[in-house]
Amino acid sequence: MELVCPAGGLPALKAAVDNGADWVYLGLRDSTNARNFAGLNFDPPALAAGLAYAHARRRKVLLALNTYPQAATWERWTQAVDLAARQGVDAIIVADLGLLDYAHRTHPRLELHLSVQGSATSHEAINFYHERFGVRRAVLPRVLSLAQVENVVRHTPVEIEVFGFGGLCVMVEGRCALSAYACGDSPNTMGACSPGHAVRWEETPAGLESRLNGVLIDRYAPGERAAYPTLCKGRFDADGATYYAIEEPASLNTIELLPEFLRMGVRAVKIEGRQRSPAYVAQVTRVWRQAIDAALAEKERFCPRAAWMAELNRHAEGSQHTLGAFSRPWK
Amino acid sequence: MKLALGPIQYYWPRRAVRDFYGAIAEAPVDVVYLGEVVCSRRHELRFEDWLELADALAAHGKEVVLSTQVLTEGAGDLKLVRKVVENGRYRVEANDMGAVQLLAGTAGWVAGPHLNIYNPQSLGLLTELGATRWVAPVEATREIAQSVLAARPVEAEVFAYGRLPLAYSARCFTARRFNLQKEQCEYGCIAYPDGMPLKTREGEPFLNINGVQTQSARVYDLRSDIGSLKDAGVAILRVSPQSTGTLEVLESLRGALDGKARELPQAGHCNGFWHGRPGLERAA
Repeated sequence: MELVCPAGGLPALKAAVDNGADWVYLGLRDSTNARNFAGLNFDPPALAAGLAYAHARRRKVLLALNTYPQAATWERWTQAVDLAARQGVDAIIVADLGLLDYAHRTHPRLELHLSVQGSATSHEAINFYHERFGVRRAVLPRVLSLAQVENVVRHTPVEIEVFGFGGLCVMVEGRCALSAYACGDSPNTMGACSPGHAVRWEETPAGLESRLNGVLIDRYAPGERAAYPTLCKGRFDADGATYYAIEEPASLNTIELLPEFLRMGVRAVKIEGRQRSPAYVAQVTRVWRQAIDAALAEKERFCPRAAWMAELNRHAEGSQHTLGAFSRPWK
Repeated sequence: MKLALGPIQYYWPRRAVRDFYGAIAEAPVDVVYLGEVVCSRRHELRFEDWLELADALAAHGKEVVLSTQVLTEGAGDLKLVRKVVENGRYRVEANDMGAVQLLAGTAGWVAGPHLNIYNPQSLGLLTELGATRWVAPVEATREIAQSVLAARPVEAEVFAYGRLPLAYSARCFTARRFNLQKEQCEYGCIAYPDGMPLKTREGEPFLNINGVQTQSARVYDLRSDIGSLKDAGVAILRVSPQSTGTLEVLESLRGALDGKARELPQAGHCNGFWHGRPGLERAA
């Protein structure tokens, strides 16, 4: 079982490598990846430095090129694929059919991983990418139960990677146009969701209000903890009741499921958070390294340590953790 | 240009569905997409019932297409997709790559709006595998449609009227509203034939809950954009069924296509995506 950790910059990459990540995934400073945020990501020299650092310590680097290119800017994506091949990136994470085809034909030795943005939730979908483009690994959207994950693993030769920890998209990745609808910034085509430039905070007599392109996402009473207005995590009125109608601010934490993941043959666990600090990456990577090593050694006797959970809880959104779709009572 | 009626997104009683398509059989629409695309727990109509409706519509000269479910989660969902793909009588709209895998190599299927085809290279791969129609993603701009079709001329369809299907989840938001688990949902969505409006805390309609699907609250309406749709190479306009008024919409669109009537933008409707703007906006 491999540990795949995020890096939004060189310090985070070093933190991930130093604390036991097997793979570090990162993106370039443009719309070719799904964390196209200001001040984040790698330019080519930083990528080269990151590769050198990771490879010297026998760790691997993944470049996420997981947005959907359009005709006018197609070369931005293919040039990024070429750059990855030239610089010796160990694998690229891709969602778009055309780009997978380009990478497969142009750089047949470059390892391909299917991005979670590819929305592949069944073995039939995953096998499509395997047969057409030689995809070696697929990252599952955060919508399947444990039994459904196991069913996928059983019916595909493709390695399966699941999300283990971090921010939680409640929508199927690659199938959400909410941000595009509200403020024009599309996760699929621009790698952005609920972007900072569309956010407005305002103190009003009714309380502190957060807006996204003018749409009221939430309003906080004095003393209430305000959260970033990701639009699916706001409070709305649904047929007379006001609550977190789509998703409460909470983070995924699946440490207790590690023995199950191991038993069913899940190949890798991914930590979310390229937009988070190097300190987050260091601490979360360290805990997960310990947990995976313990689960491998202890098998069914494995039990999450209280210290790990306390450490991870400090990084949870809204200080809450959930097993997400893996556990069905979540519904 | 042709007119298409997309699949019903909501959970309507069996009787309502049959009455609806009884009227559609006589309506000025060329293509009708049938099937449950949102939630496999919905059971008012079985696969065989949809086939029966398909036969009735085909007998009235409609081109019938069977649509596959957008989000497939388990073995049961896949089984149904396989059944639709192997129906033997009607074209199929693939709404996820699992369906594409099952359709690959057969001729004449439709690449549905949820396959995330944004560039000619991707569409080219699907046409090589037998797709003969492309339904653009709902967020597609005029520029995207135009650039794809310039390089890869294929029969293209655009979502032109109705509440936009914006997102899908494993979670059922209608069940969540009533504090029910999805597996014991009591089918609450059947009480909301046009979905459940989600308003902001200042009462502004924003989104629309429809089981595991989230829609726009505003009606997306490209009736005043027909010229630019034609110019971009779009051949078919899709109308999404609502519980009331769908026939009138089809008639008004037919009139506009035939140059008999000019539709004025309706207050509260939006068309932002086509103009490269936030979807909820209205561009001139």
